[in-house]
Amino acid sequence: MNQKIPIEMIVNGNTIQAEIEPRRHLVDFLREDLGLKGPHLGCEQGACGACTVRVDGQIVRGCLYLAVQANGKVVDTVEGLTAQGVLTALQNAFLRRNAMQCGFCSSGMLLSAAELIEQRPEATREQVREWISGNYCRCTGYHSIVDAIMNVLEAQREQTE
Amino acid sequence: MNKPNDLAGLALDPVTADQRYIGESEPRYSAKRLLEGQGTYVDDLQFPRMGHVVYWRSPVAHMRIIKIHSAAARKMPGVLAVVDGVQMATICKPWVATLSHLAGMKSAPQHALAIERACWQGEPVVAVVADTRARAEDALQLIEVEWEELPAVVSMLTALDPETPLIHPELGDNLCFSRTLDVGQVDEQFATAEIVAEATFSFGRHTGVTLEPRCQIADYNPGDGRLTVYHSQQAPHMMQDLYCRQFGLAESDVHVICKDVGGSFGIKVHAYPDDFATVGLAILLGRPIKFVADRLESFTSDIHAREHQVKGRIAVNKQGDILAFEIDDLTAIGPYSMFPRTSAIEGNQVVNLVGGPYKHQHYRAQLKVVFQNKTPTCQYRGVGHPIACAVTEGLVDLAAEKLQMDPLAFRQRNVIPDDAYPCSGASGIKLEILSHEQCLRTIEKMMNYTQLRQEQAKLRKKGIYRGIGFAALIELTNPSAAFYGVGGARIASQDGATARLDPSGVVSIMVGVGEQGQGTEGIYAQIAADAVGVSIKDVRIITGDTAVTPYGGGTWASRGAGIGGEAVLLAAQALQENILQLAAVILKRDVADLLIRRSQIIDHATGQALLPFTEIGRIAYFRTDTLPNDFKVDLMVTRHFAQRDYPFIFTNGVQASYVEVDIDTGFVKLLKHWAVEDCGRVLNPMLVDEQVRGAIVQGIGGALYEECLYDDSGLLRNGNMADYLVPMANEMPDIEVAHVQTPTASSKLGAKGAGEAGTAGAPAAVMNAINDALLPFNVKVFDQPITSEKILRTLGKI
Repeated sequence: MNQKIPIEMIVNGNTIQAEIEPRRHLVDFLREDLGLKGPHLGCEQGACGACTVRVDGQIVRGCLYLAVQANGKVVDTVEGLTAQGVLTALQNAFLRRNAMQCGFCSSGMLLSAAELIEQRPEATREQVREWISGNYCRCTGYHSIVDAIMNVLEAQREQTE
Repeated sequence: MNKPNDLAGLALDPVTADQRYIGESEPRYSAKRLLEGQGTYVDDLQFPRMGHVVYWRSPVAHMRIIKIHSAAARKMPGVLAVVDGVQMATICKPWVATLSHLAGMKSAPQHALAIERACWQGEPVVAVVADTRARAEDALQLIEVEWEELPAVVSMLTALDPETPLIHPELGDNLCFSRTLDVGQVDEQFATAEIVAEATFSFGRHTGVTLEPRCQIADYNPGDGRLTVYHSQQAPHMMQDLYCRQFGLAESDVHVICKDVGGSFGIKVHAYPDDFATVGLAILLGRPIKFVADRLESFTSDIHAREHQVKGRIAVNKQGDILAFEIDDLTAIGPYSMFPRTSAIEGNQVVNLVGGPYKHQHYRAQLKVVFQNKTPTCQYRGVGHPIACAVTEGLVDLAAEKLQMDPLAFRQRNVIPDDAYPCSGASGIKLEILSHEQCLRTIEKMMNYTQLRQEQAKLRKKGIYRGIGFAALIELTNPSAAFYGVGGARIASQDGATARLDPSGVVSIMVGVGEQGQGTEGIYAQIAADAVGVSIKDVRIITGDTAVTPYGGGTWASRGAGIGGEAVLLAAQALQENILQLAAVILKRDVADLLIRRSQIIDHATGQALLPFTEIGRIAYFRTDTLPNDFKVDLMVTRHFAQRDYPFIFTNGVQASYVEVDIDTGFVKLLKHWAVEDCGRVLNPMLVDEQVRGAIVQGIGGALYEECLYDDSGLLRNGNMADYLVPMANEMPDIEVAHVQTPTASSKLGAKGAGEAGTAGAPAAVMNAINDALLPFNVKVFDQPITSEKILRTLGKI
């Protein structure tokens, strides 16, 4: 329990070195040790998606992923991706469509949506619904979230035409 | 004036001069930070010397506590304290949650930490505090409690049987509350009616599942005896009052702060035993203590709701006129009535609301609210409405079917007509003005009803079973003191707003109603910007702080827009008047010659800009020497508003659900959902639409998926988000929302509440749609959640 392991990772562009307990989850390390409060804890068992972060460009559940697993990897949270501008189009669409209420799911929802936009640029409304089904939102009823993501997809398609 | 209006067709008269924001789909600018991961939820806060508490909770439904062994836990690294119920009771008084206007209601004293007995699985018994959450949890494993399991009352159906053990022997029985309402001649109506339909409706106990769990940080400063509580809560002033009373503190020494709240839905409007225990620990230890429920704790300690069984019947004449309703409601609430709103309100609402949209004159209702050894239940979004609506609308559909009348036409015939208001419903509820007829006409058009029926018939021939279900509804909003205050609960029905012109010309608004995500701060900014006459970018809204905002009730019973919004309007208008008077003095002009437009004082006659707000601010705050000695500068005003004309302002609406039932698997596919909502003046259509949709999805959750499942010994079987099913995006339909606007005349703003109608109507609409799909098989299901298994059983397939 008291054993600590040295780790090094790049978090939001900064090299981070730390010694941590092997049992520490990535989301706890980000929130408690680095003060990155964007990823949230909703269920701590991988069901709700509020803790979603990126590791080496791929989204993971920060509550199921141990911090030591991220050793030597690149980790991005909503804070870093916002600063990089990766989420700007989605964030604008979410604000315009009111695709959030309490905001607790938003960081996870945005990271899931960003991956969809990268990987499935041709996604239909039904496919968007399916893709974000790993992210729980109790407030919105999802309709406006789907609207916002579709807006970004459509704008992207128009640009590439 | 006070007549239903279509939002698309007739615009309402503006509330303010130069109205730019009220009624518009203005984005919530203050929510941008939430999209950037920059919110401040309670768990995001860290303080020096902060301890973390975890609770040892009863692992069984009912037990006698024999001995608590905590020596091993106390020796664990980082442990600061282990506290039991006896020690906690030396500083925190027990409570009994009853309301005097619910005649005969009873409950037993409840403690912050259980003493002698624990009465449900999840009741907190021992608190373990350590310097980190992980170390507190490590130590928790070493707490050993010797207990003797006591017989548990699990099923509400047998809770009142003579052989069932009593949970609180001193109460004499397991009955918390009962009520009978009989407006007369019900037996005669049923005896002579040509059509009588009846059914028994069951509702599974479910819970709110806020994505952010309940959480708080309590900080007691022994130096000045002041308590500060950061709380994810809907009613900060209510908690201030409760903390001061249970701990014997002065009201002025208790400060409750609610920052961002990650969803509430009624879950966070109650005072939980662990709320008091966490505060007690802060007082005992003289340091900040953080409590954040984990998800299992949420499922076993957040309030549950809606465990009801209702026998209902309806009497109708052969012309198709509803003559009478009768219901018998049995509901179970756990071992204690919840503090301080009580757990009898939900059943009481069912009695008040059944038959609500209709013009029948005869009604009888019986209600029994019983104790059992499960998690306490209390007010959760919709509070009784989803039950009352499902019973009413289920019976209405049964009657229409017996009459062989179209269910929409049957409703159109029987709703209280739009020109009949004000009037009273059969249960005695006072209805100011509603628009059932117009809402039904609107939804008929919106869903293309005739064509949809044709499509349904065509597909049915191909073995595809689709159903259309309706739910007409009323919703109680904008409550007066009749809800809680008259029953002795110190829960404010009034709310206040302070409007202040800052030196820079920015308008700051402080309001007692807080933000839980529904957009209250957004609409307050819209109202204030229009009423003072500034850009919405020059308005700041401050909520959720008992030391800062006027005293108010907070967020519940869909009161944010109608009560809080009216307070903001009154305060902002008063501020505008004061600004004009000051401008008149500065400009040496008559007030009547001046106007305010967009942060400028304008010459009424010429339209010329005379003085910007920045100058008003500069002179008012820094150059009072230039003003006449006898002139009083008041650039900060407070106004309060309470509903007084009616006990509640009811809203109405109608929903329709279109589903497909796979008769081989029992799966229900939700194809589409429509809602027409009349919440009076719509302050922000985009926000209201999303409120309605979110509420509908919550209602669908209860109708199809969500249930807290207990085994025979009273243990929760599915206390996690993988086994307790909540609606996810993939199963949910697109939801089309339209509005009819019938403003309430009880306020200037004319806004009614919109937060709960979606949840009220959705279960009924979905249930009726499923039963419509099953019509060819001559079977029906009235047992929510309507799972695939129940559908297959109904069909005789399993």
